[in-house]
Amino acid sequence: MSDDLRDLYQEVILDHGRHPRNRRMIEDANHHARGENPLCGDKLIVFLKVNADGVIEDVSFEGQGCAISTASASLMTEVLVGKTEKQAEELFANFHALATGGEAEPSDELEDEMDRLSVLAGVRDYPVRVKCATLAWHTLVAALKDEQKVTTE
Amino acid sequence: MIIAKAEPRGVFDVEQIRTDFPILGRPVRGRPLVYLDSTASAQKPQSVIDAESRIYATEYANIHRGLYYLSERATERYEAARRTVQGFLNAKHSHEVIFTRNTTESINLVAATYGRRLLQPGDEIVITGLEHHSNIVPWQLLREERGVVIKVAPVNDDGDVPLDAITGLFTARTKLVAVAHISNVLGTILPVAEIIQAAHAAGARVLIDGAQAVMHLPVDVQALDADFYAFSGHKLYGPTGVGVLYGKEELLNAMPPYQGGGDMIRTVTFEKSSWAPLPQKFEAGTPAIAQVPALAAAIDYVTALGLDRIARHENDLLAYATEQLTAVPGLRVIGTAPHKAAVISFSLDCAHPHDIAQVLDNAGVAIRAGHHCAQPLMERFGVPATARASFGLYNNRADVDALVAAVRKVQELFGQ
Ligand SMILES: Cc1ncc(COP(=O)(O)O)c(C=O)c1O
Repeated sequence: MSDDLRDLYQEVILDHGRHPRNRRMIEDANHHARGENPLCGDKLIVFLKVNADGVIEDVSFEGQGCAISTASASLMTEVLVGKTEKQAEELFANFHALATGGEAEPSDELEDEMDRLSVLAGVRDYPVRVKCATLAWHTLVAALKDEQKVTTE
Repeated sequence: MIIAKAEPRGVFDVEQIRTDFPILGRPVRGRPLVYLDSTASAQKPQSVIDAESRIYATEYANIHRGLYYLSERATERYEAARRTVQGFLNAKHSHEVIFTRNTTESINLVAATYGRRLLQPGDEIVITGLEHHSNIVPWQLLREERGVVIKVAPVNDDGDVPLDAITGLFTARTKLVAVAHISNVLGTILPVAEIIQAAHAAGARVLIDGAQAVMHLPVDVQALDADFYAFSGHKLYGPTGVGVLYGKEELLNAMPPYQGGGDMIRTVTFEKSSWAPLPQKFEAGTPAIAQVPALAAAIDYVTALGLDRIARHENDLLAYATEQLTAVPGLRVIGTAPHKAAVISFSLDCAHPHDIAQVLDNAGVAIRAGHHCAQPLMERFGVPATARASFGLYNNRADVDALVAAVRKVQELFGQ
């Protein structure tokens, strides 16, 4: 296999794609939203439990997708636990920049999280795959804003 | 002019044929191109490319308008192409051939004119579960406007739509049957001759969406007794921007114009305009002047090779590819009807179609992954999308081998 493909499908992505973490429903979620990528038919739901202080106590997703979108959703849920809504939005902005070829400039306290997410940077060379990587994040933002539905079109 | 459908002689030399297609000689991502997406759009032989550029270089002017040499030449080329299409479909009259932009526009034309003027609220349109969005949505728009009823004949597990699944839906109110000749996802060939016969017996008209058929098998609209037949140039190795609607003369005459504008009128006053005769009535505005003759070149190209021989070659590839792919563990072929054209939709246990297409692309193999503009069909088979390899006259066994090798790579990468 060529190196290009290895850059895109790093081991971490393959692992999270095969064994996604937090793929479950949160019964007492106080936010959720549906995301859809009409191009490939991928659909997912993001569930969030945010406490009174605006801290994300639990986050999960449901749905089936390609390896990139599944791994991205899985990694997202891992880095978000314990973060404030504001930090979640900052991570989204940085992740979006990372995936679309811009510069990620996280504040110091989020550097480790951005490091973990950087395995997905390979999508920047594949314009159609950017939407796969960002679907879960767009859905997260919609859930935080209590928008019910989002598409990547 | 009627082109004889006599079969050309000699062997079908695919390696020789490939040299007619310049893009096949071009490396993609550093590898020779393995193009398996002809169903979406086919590559063009040099003769088609030349036909289009020759118009611009030597005979270009607007048509039907100028009283000067170039305009007359361009008009002649354009109308000669109409006769080529007439011969290709074996239409009775050349004015039964209407040039459109593509299949989508051809179907919309029928919905907007025949549908709006000649269908009544409560009239029923029968389609099938394997239609492309372009043979679903125009009827839904008509339903919103005119209150017609759409009935959908179900697709069975093989991806077939048996005749009685369609005829079982017929009632006294069935006025139009609109079906694909060949499915762009499953490759299924529908028994259109029998469908047309049964529909006519029930008092309904029939539109055939031939977008996927004209490049795979000979079509004779008179023998079929089709009322409407639609196809696109770009899938027939021809240019983009030109499609065809065949319609029976009496029907086209009974229909109102589609769009108003130049070229489609006889006289215009501010009180009233009268329509030009067929086919101009349906060709408002400046058409695809350079592309229409190039479509004729594409038809000449496939006709010279012989559609029967092309079909035999493609069927051989289909059999070979089906055998090779089904030997891959965890691979499911979606669409196993006994009568199929060379289209294979498949899924893999271990990988999403998007990931399959990505790894294949990396190996220089171009296939399509997605819903193929047939979302209801995806739902029918319980998949969000499929990977689809489709074969054209220029594909060879080496292309199949490259496909299968790349699919095995997908398994290596994603298998547990
Ligand atoms: C069966 C079928 N019908 C209609 C169409 C629409 O063709 P076009 O996009 O050229 O209008 C397609 C194209 O994929 C098709 O496969």
